[in-house]
Amino acid sequence: MLFFLLFCISLVFTIQSHSYHKSKFINSANFLTGGVYNSANNISRYFNLKSQNQLLAEENRRLRSLLSNARISTDSVYIDSTSFNKSYTFYNANIIKNSYSLSDNILTINKGKNDSIKQDFGVISSKGIIGIIDKTSNNFATVLSVLNTTSRISAQLKKSNHFGTLSWNAKSPDFVQLTDIPKVAKVKVGDTIITSGRSSIFPKNIGVGIIKSFQLDAAENYYEIDVKLFNDMTNLEHVYIIENVNKQEITNLEDE
Amino acid sequence: MNNLFSIYTVHFFALVLVQVLIFNHVNFLGYINPYPYILFIALFPVKNNRLVLIFISFLLGLSIDLFLDTGGIHAGASVCIAYARPVILKFAFGTIYEHQTVKFNAVDFGSKLMYFTILTAIHHLILFSLEVFNMSKIILILQKTLFSSIFTILISLSITIVFSRKTR
Repeated sequence: MLFFLLFCISLVFTIQSHSYHKSKFINSANFLTGGVYNSANNISRYFNLKSQNQLLAEENRRLRSLLSNARISTDSVYIDSTSFNKSYTFYNANIIKNSYSLSDNILTINKGKNDSIKQDFGVISSKGIIGIIDKTSNNFATVLSVLNTTSRISAQLKKSNHFGTLSWNAKSPDFVQLTDIPKVAKVKVGDTIITSGRSSIFPKNIGVGIIKSFQLDAAENYYEIDVKLFNDMTNLEHVYIIENVNKQEITNLEDE
Repeated sequence: MNNLFSIYTVHFFALVLVQVLIFNHVNFLGYINPYPYILFIALFPVKNNRLVLIFISFLLGLSIDLFLDTGGIHAGASVCIAYARPVILKFAFGTIYEHQTVKFNAVDFGSKLMYFTILTAIHHLILFSLEVFNMSKIILILQKTLFSSIFTILISLSITIVFSRKTR
């Protein structure tokens, strides 16, 4: 009897974990598991210092070139951009638990409620998207990775505005699938895929990956596209968390 | 008895930590991870109460789940093999088990391998079925089960060989 009781409990947990935002108790963003992962990460982070430094230096180079090549605004109206016009706030964090071999991968980061991280913030690295914040505790948060079969993220082609949904078929941590791109869109191998900015989670123009291959779906109306991620999901350390300041307003408006 | 209790408590925590901090980062060929924490269930003393074992297995699986954000898949699979263990023991060891005198350090290698193989295969099959949770991907489940089982059995046997006390 005890066996069936406990087996049912674990089944309930399993089913909960397969539906988005439902798993209440069993997540690694709690004090105990977060603490263990944090101390383990304090040791293991030294082993990939070199590659992580390279990534950060690469990003610095890119940002510097952007900064020095920025067009000087000829607009005569002065806007104080610190008080207006700022719709996204960025936080930085470290991944303390990475996972990419399961079919529903969830990462853990070392920022939480105390750092004003909340559910449904976007997570990106210097190269591209990583996932969406799922559960938060005081000092830790879990991230629903793009490598999760339940994850759905809106993305589009860079050169046209045709958008579709990113999902993952659990086959390879290097590739995600973009579906629902209409047939009229001009799709070519090697084209860049970016976030669409249509959901209130990610801003527009964050890199996702490049098209590896594509085909029409069974109904021959939409493309199914294999996208090679810019990120190496197996080697993640420094990430940025994006808060959409206007999110509340947007969702309120949409609910009306 | 008290001594035995403390030994198994240490085993419990050591296996959980080793599993989540080391064996889950192996990712051989991208997705193959061994799960040698089931050694705890395999090597639990035969004479002890069955309900105790089932309950401890549940806790063991649940703590692994807690670390890996996997819902209840490890708890479910562990409880299953804890429940099925007497049958597997009987099958693998035959008459020794009937006399309730199985000492895991003293049994011959063939039946030990058989015991581990069956236990691991059942555990992994349930584990990956629950993880993928999609019968249309049965090939993926079987593939993961096969490769991870081989890996787990190898690691489990190495651990038992390295840590076995020379009782003979």
